[in-house]
Amino acid sequence: MTKPADHNLWARFKTMSNDSPAKILIVALSVCLVCSILVSSAAVLLKPIQQQNKNLGRQKEILKVAGLYQANIDPVEQFKSIETRYVDIDSGKYADATNSNLLEKELIPDSKDIAGIGSRNRFLPVYLVYDKQQLSTIVLPLVGKGLWSTIHGFIALAADGNTVKAITFYDHAETPGLGGEISNPNWQLKWQGKQIRDSDGNMQLRVIKGHPDPASLHAKYEIDALSGATLTANGVTRLIHYWLSDSGFGPFLARISGSAIQGTSYE
Amino acid sequence: MNNEQKKILIDPVLDNNPITLQILGICSALAVTTQLAPALIMCLALTFVLVSSSVIISALRHHIPTNIRIIVFMTIIASLVIVVDQFLRAYAYDLSKQLSVFVGLIITNCIVLGRAEAYATQNNVWPSFLDAVGHGLGYSLILAIVASIRELVGSGSLLGYEILPLVNNGGWYSSNGLMLLAPSAFFIIGLLIWAVRSWKPQQQEKPEYRIQIVHRTEVN
Repeated sequence: MTKPADHNLWARFKTMSNDSPAKILIVALSVCLVCSILVSSAAVLLKPIQQQNKNLGRQKEILKVAGLYQANIDPVEQFKSIETRYVDIDSGKYADATNSNLLEKELIPDSKDIAGIGSRNRFLPVYLVYDKQQLSTIVLPLVGKGLWSTIHGFIALAADGNTVKAITFYDHAETPGLGGEISNPNWQLKWQGKQIRDSDGNMQLRVIKGHPDPASLHAKYEIDALSGATLTANGVTRLIHYWLSDSGFGPFLARISGSAIQGTSYE
Repeated sequence: MNNEQKKILIDPVLDNNPITLQILGICSALAVTTQLAPALIMCLALTFVLVSSSVIISALRHHIPTNIRIIVFMTIIASLVIVVDQFLRAYAYDLSKQLSVFVGLIITNCIVLGRAEAYATQNNVWPSFLDAVGHGLGYSLILAIVASIRELVGSGSLLGYEILPLVNNGGWYSSNGLMLLAPSAFFIIGLLIWAVRSWKPQQQEKPEYRIQIVHRTEVN
């Protein structure tokens, strides 16, 4: 019974004028339907592999910024030498990574939200590298708004919590060739050895225009910006200030560096 | 394949090249050609999108209402581009990060829509397929040439392998930073167009208008 009806429909469809409203609707709807099925199935089916790539990419970035990366060693194996701990941003203390913990978000008040991210997780991972049982490097995640996009990166600090060992920005959509140069390793090298705070505890680290004058007292806090990328560079300065301030990892850094100096356990 | 079909396939490579003759798809030719590897991935991605969209549009051509044809083309092209982008992110993660937005921008690449509108809507599936492959090859040829020159002169390497040892690494070659900036791609493409049109003068365009003196008033 249904077959002839189907056949009739198909026959009717074929004889329809191409510009009749019914045909336009049918064609538009079916094209959209087929295309959306195609796109969503590609996205869903490939998601696990993409996620795996992303995690692997993150681990590689952490290894690189910690100065441990070697191309010929499996990054997954190598990553096991790094200790991953979760930190309660509010108190600066370590916390257990339970599922409910990891989902907890906190809104950032506008006055403090210099990085332009709106909200952040309450519990965030930090990566600790030990050299002969002694804490040598602290890797912190960074996130903030550049000119067009959200910039993701990592910063590696020495155990004093105040000296930059390395920095990397691995995920962003800034203008390629201009702001996009923040992922250029040569530029990232300029961060090496810079200080975050002066002896009074004021945040000094910043990206400036032009070469820092080596004679100036501020040279150890200043990084030469990228020409043509003022807004991205400002975004970088702001996100660093946010994450290293008291509303970011400040309390954690104060705790861990204080204990490192006193030589006591930081648990 | 008879001669006519061969002509459809071969013509866009030199005689009707999408970049040097039709001057389409210049944006991506500037953006992804600082290194050869991302340029080749871009060529593959564009050729895949171009061929699939041409075949699909050619197969549907009798049923696409003229009023909404451009929207239908764009929907099909955009879906294909997203699928390609997803595959790159899954299987060529590092390269997809280098290509960043430019894979997505294939959607607005004039070559793809141009072939859909100019060729696939009026021809059978098989010629449309050949035409799309030909244009993909033509685009790839120019991109490969531009990217090879830029990577070799700009970074002293090809596909990441060092050919000219850089001064930084203790060699003798000091790289030309201009080659890594977009204007250099303009220069190279301009020189290529010049070369191709000198070799094949029939590609030279007749001036549309010539300034001439119609009448002159002289004041003494």
